[in-house]
Amino acid sequence: MTTYILKRLAIGLLTIWFIATVTFVVMHLVPGNPLANEKATTAAIRANLESRYGLDRPLSEQYIIYMRNMLQGDFGIAFSEENRAVNDIIREHFPVSATLGILSLLFATIGGVLWGALTAIYRNRWPDYFIMFLVILGISVPSFVFAALSQFSILQLNQFTGRSILPVAGWGGFRYMVIPALVLGLSTMAYLTRMMRSSMLEVGNTDYIRTARAKGLSNTRIFIFHQLRNAILPVITVLGPAIAIITTGGFVVESVFAIPGLGRYFVQSVAQLDYTVIMGTTVFFGAFLVIMVLLVDILYGFIDPRIRLQAKP
Amino acid sequence: MENLLDVADFVPALAEQNIPTLTRPSLSYWQDAWLRLRHNKRAILSLNLVIGLLLFTLLGPVFWTYDPFLQDLDSISQSPSFGTTALVVADTGNWEGVTTTSTPSVSPLANLSATTALKVDGIATTQYVRLFWDPVPGAAFYLVYRNDHQPESIQDLGLPLAQTHNADELSFEDRLQLSAQAYYYTIIASDGLREAETFTTVRFELQRAITATQAQERNLPTLLDTIVQLSSHPFGTDYLGRDLLARAMMGARVSLFIGIIAPFIFVVIGTIYGGVSGYFGGNIDISMMRFADFVIALPFLLFMILFRIGFGIGPGESGIFPMLVALVVLSWPNTARLVRGQVLLLREEAFVDAARLLGANHWYLIFRHMIPNTLGQILVTLTFAIPMAIFTEAFLSFIGMGVAPPTPSWGSMSNEGIRSMLSTPHELIFPALCISITVLAFNLLGDGLRDALDSRMRSRE
Amino acid sequence: MIMLKRIVQPRLRICTLLLFALTWSLSTPTLLAQETGVDFATQTVRLALTGEPRNLNSMKATDQLSIFYLEHVMEGLLRKDARNLLVGGVAERWEMTETSAKFWLRHDAMWSDGKPVTAHDFVFAWRNVVNPLTASEYASIMYPVKNAEAINKGEAPLTSLGIKALDDYTLEVELEAPTGYFLSLTAFMTFYPAREDFYLAQNDRYFADIENMIFNGPFTIKSWVHSASIRLEKNPAYWDSKNIILNVIDTPYITNDSAARFNLFKDGKLAIENGLQGLESEQLQDALDNRFRIYSHSEGSVFYMEFNHRPDRVTRNLNLRKAMQAVYDSQELVYKVIGIAGYIPGRSVVPVYMPGVQLKFREEYPLVTPVLDLQQAKNYLALAKVELGLEKIPPLSILLDDREIGMLQAQYFQSLFKRTLDIDIKVDVQTFKQRLDKMLAGNFDLVLTGWGPDYEDVLTFTELFSSWNANNRGRYQSPVYDSYIRTAQASANQQTRMDAMSQAQQLLLDDVVILPTYERVANTVRNPKLDGVMFKQTAAAMVLTYARVLE
Repeated sequence: MTTYILKRLAIGLLTIWFIATVTFVVMHLVPGNPLANEKATTAAIRANLESRYGLDRPLSEQYIIYMRNMLQGDFGIAFSEENRAVNDIIREHFPVSATLGILSLLFATIGGVLWGALTAIYRNRWPDYFIMFLVILGISVPSFVFAALSQFSILQLNQFTGRSILPVAGWGGFRYMVIPALVLGLSTMAYLTRMMRSSMLEVGNTDYIRTARAKGLSNTRIFIFHQLRNAILPVITVLGPAIAIITTGGFVVESVFAIPGLGRYFVQSVAQLDYTVIMGTTVFFGAFLVIMVLLVDILYGFIDPRIRLQAKP
Repeated sequence: MENLLDVADFVPALAEQNIPTLTRPSLSYWQDAWLRLRHNKRAILSLNLVIGLLLFTLLGPVFWTYDPFLQDLDSISQSPSFGTTALVVADTGNWEGVTTTSTPSVSPLANLSATTALKVDGIATTQYVRLFWDPVPGAAFYLVYRNDHQPESIQDLGLPLAQTHNADELSFEDRLQLSAQAYYYTIIASDGLREAETFTTVRFELQRAITATQAQERNLPTLLDTIVQLSSHPFGTDYLGRDLLARAMMGARVSLFIGIIAPFIFVVIGTIYGGVSGYFGGNIDISMMRFADFVIALPFLLFMILFRIGFGIGPGESGIFPMLVALVVLSWPNTARLVRGQVLLLREEAFVDAARLLGANHWYLIFRHMIPNTLGQILVTLTFAIPMAIFTEAFLSFIGMGVAPPTPSWGSMSNEGIRSMLSTPHELIFPALCISITVLAFNLLGDGLRDALDSRMRSRE
Repeated sequence: MIMLKRIVQPRLRICTLLLFALTWSLSTPTLLAQETGVDFATQTVRLALTGEPRNLNSMKATDQLSIFYLEHVMEGLLRKDARNLLVGGVAERWEMTETSAKFWLRHDAMWSDGKPVTAHDFVFAWRNVVNPLTASEYASIMYPVKNAEAINKGEAPLTSLGIKALDDYTLEVELEAPTGYFLSLTAFMTFYPAREDFYLAQNDRYFADIENMIFNGPFTIKSWVHSASIRLEKNPAYWDSKNIILNVIDTPYITNDSAARFNLFKDGKLAIENGLQGLESEQLQDALDNRFRIYSHSEGSVFYMEFNHRPDRVTRNLNLRKAMQAVYDSQELVYKVIGIAGYIPGRSVVPVYMPGVQLKFREEYPLVTPVLDLQQAKNYLALAKVELGLEKIPPLSILLDDREIGMLQAQYFQSLFKRTLDIDIKVDVQTFKQRLDKMLAGNFDLVLTGWGPDYEDVLTFTELFSSWNANNRGRYQSPVYDSYIRTAQASANQQTRMDAMSQAQQLLLDDVVILPTYERVANTVRNPKLDGVMFKQTAAAMVLTYARVLE
């Protein structure tokens, strides 16, 4: 197992390097100048700016300098927020997104497992149809609508009761996180509900469940140790990258609820063609993803001991 | 003891002529699945929905011939209507307005009085409301306000429409997005430092009207003061006065194309990739999956820009094909991971060993055994991929990477409708409804397919 | 599945109990700080920002958000008072001739760390701005100062800049040419002072974070959590602090979602919204329904559609442009399509609020605008086709970025020109940097753009189309136009200057260099207890220095 993990980590580093290189190349291929601004400047000033940021050197040299800095953990200074190091941007905003993201995934997982199980129990009866209707609504309506509607509802609630029950927007404590996390987790919750339902139905008909029941095991035991455990594999598969994706960018939710997270930087860095921020966020996200995926694979082994990640003999 | 048996019992039996035989032929897996699918209620419903959508898209424009690009600037963001009438009025020319040559002055400390004699020149129509009033002594200029309801106090005067340039201007022509309702106009005098403290508000009920030139463009009678019939809009109009029903029909083409074809392709690719990776395991699995991780980590938008340039899509042109390619190229890894996870589990099952003992090769096992057993997960992914594709297309169109304006798509119509979600909900509801119905249809189809294809629920012979 | 039901149902009861407990705990408002938009006791106001200020270094700042904060925490030689009139800031007294100015600084102007503000601070700062190594994007605004342009191009030494400290409290400035608006320039952020010893000690991180800042204005920045919040507090070291009533300007919310900010306002969490850019139409309607009082003020920016006059473009042809001008009615665009109350339909590149000689410029020099005439337009078009040697005008591309108001206009033009002149328009939506890139390269036929004034003189708008101006996107070249601009730049006589500018204004219209779209007016809502907010068109759009919270 240890050799496997070490091998994975080594290859993971290679993957990250590859991601960085390809992003670097593509970024410079795209037309546009990160230093261009609404008010045009003279050629002299432009030249000075470029030399300041090192953009006047040949591409290969820029690449080597960038890679060297990256290996030392320095992602450079942002173009769109001058004077601010990309490292600081990630360091200051990632915890916010992460907290929000983890809370939202917690909601999504609990909700998904719960609703999924309910639909499986009450299959083809009204709770099933009702929950499925909500699921369809949840995925076919854009998340922006839910964010805006929930903010509107909070406002109505506050005005109706005359006191600030929940904050309309902002960041600073659990109260500020609850609704945004719920909204952020909605689509994942819908997805997980469907997944759970699907795998619960499949698993429920298997022989080993029937055997367990025949053996006289208690219902709880069967549910947790057998049905859930086997049905949860696809849930974990989805959760791995979902953690990486959600913690690095609930852009819409962060925008509507004025939450200072990292999502904004992912989206706006491309529009602003902010080279250093694009590279920094992409590499950071890539590294995070690689680690999460590794964790998921290790978890596979625990969920189902039959799974061996080695080659088929 | 009596013998219960005697020799006669051991006489050999004669061959029976009528041996009951199986009354139906044995069914293969696929035949059985098809049979069950045909009888599945959900699948039938979904099929009807899909046919309905196709008819809407393809045959709709034949019956509803309104031009989806025609902008009717007088009917901006109207809710669904079925034929309204309008009055034909003179064109918006240069109205002379009302001016005065001298305004009586007043001592600077005196309070300005309220405006008097606020009237409309002609009638108040949705083309223009021509206000004029009497001069107020001491005024340096006038402020024009308009409200939807009766102002209760000076804090509630409504929208500040304009400020006259000087004290001699005693008129104002309002043309700001007028709709056929009542407006409450207030004119307040200001001496440059303070405004008058009292005010009078006059209510005008606006008559819906179109100008003679517009009537001519629409082939309606152009005689002034005639009442004409305007076209109906079953879905209402959007923020530029375009008919939403026609746009929805046109938007269906792009949305359904991208929303169905793209997910279909990348799910197929992802399934095969994940199946192979999971089956072989070991180093093959590691390298294949790292490549998949690499694809997930890439910044989508950046590559989208590159694809667009690479395919040579010019400015203002719809880049549907690069969008399709980008969507496929950047979405297959998630399916691959899911399928790979399931396959890792499945290959430990007993039937795999059994099949291999019987001589099955790798590919047979992957395609005939592994993948069909992961169909449940695949179908769920597919049904979620459809709205995801539609919204990604909306986002791309919004930033100029997808369909170019004025070509509509359901996703971009939803995006535009969100902005005015609370004041004109119909702009969001109709395209969102279309998307929801599509998602529902494929969801039910997915359910039906899974029920049909689940080998464990196979009908017993 | 019956077994599952038996497991779930009892636990469902527990779950509902937990849920109830959770909601009940959330409903106790005691823990939630009752932070409201305005507070009388502490004289606090709270705002929401649309984004993060890009660079608070006054010598390099360019964006509106940075300008807003800078005008509250720093002060130049002169400043604007509560009635938007130019009064003394750091300078107590000044004298101006045609090409020079002398300033006597007050002795009690202090930096927030206790040291006095001296004339040397201005010399250092201004030299820093024009220093080519600083690469300040706003250096060009200092070009009226003698040798500034030469230094910025690297052709003259730094010390030759036309500014000299005669002693610690006396400053002398020499100008290149008579510049009537120079005094108002000294109130602009690029001309703010900077202390040399402090600047050098920051190691190229001047104003990057709190610890790298010193202030000489009415407020100081007490805390700055990037992309999250900024908090300003009254500066006790400011020389006029006894006349500043407000204590705290807090910005706890940063989001670019206008609905979210308006929701915050409705929830009572903001003092004013949207002070810098004005409310959008959706929020305006919401304000109306909620019976808020709506204030409106001229925001200063002028927007227009610019033609590409480069020799390889179809739009270089004057008759084609005249055809398009003859069917375009800016009133229809502004009133029906854009639909935001107060927006003034564009008629000239010079906005209505710009002063002329005695009155407003547009009043003294009214324009002769062409009349809408479809038949005349078709005649022009036919002439254009002959001149260009084309059977049909090829599709024209209109360049814009992805903001809503741009899309509205582009689609309107698309429909208008197709309907009247049968010209196809392709809507070229680009992300921000791509659009800038294409503008710079001249890769468009039409572009939607605008300009905010840098100073209160007509020249800031008219000089946009002189052939040497980098912001002349369409590369319109006219020696006649250039001569008008040069007259205005060189002369000290206001009448001569304004006459030249009126000719320039008319020429812009006659040559159809642009199609003016609208002049922006900002609508705001505010907490009724907020009093004394000042709005202006140049530099910071909104100033709260003279504001206070009523009881």
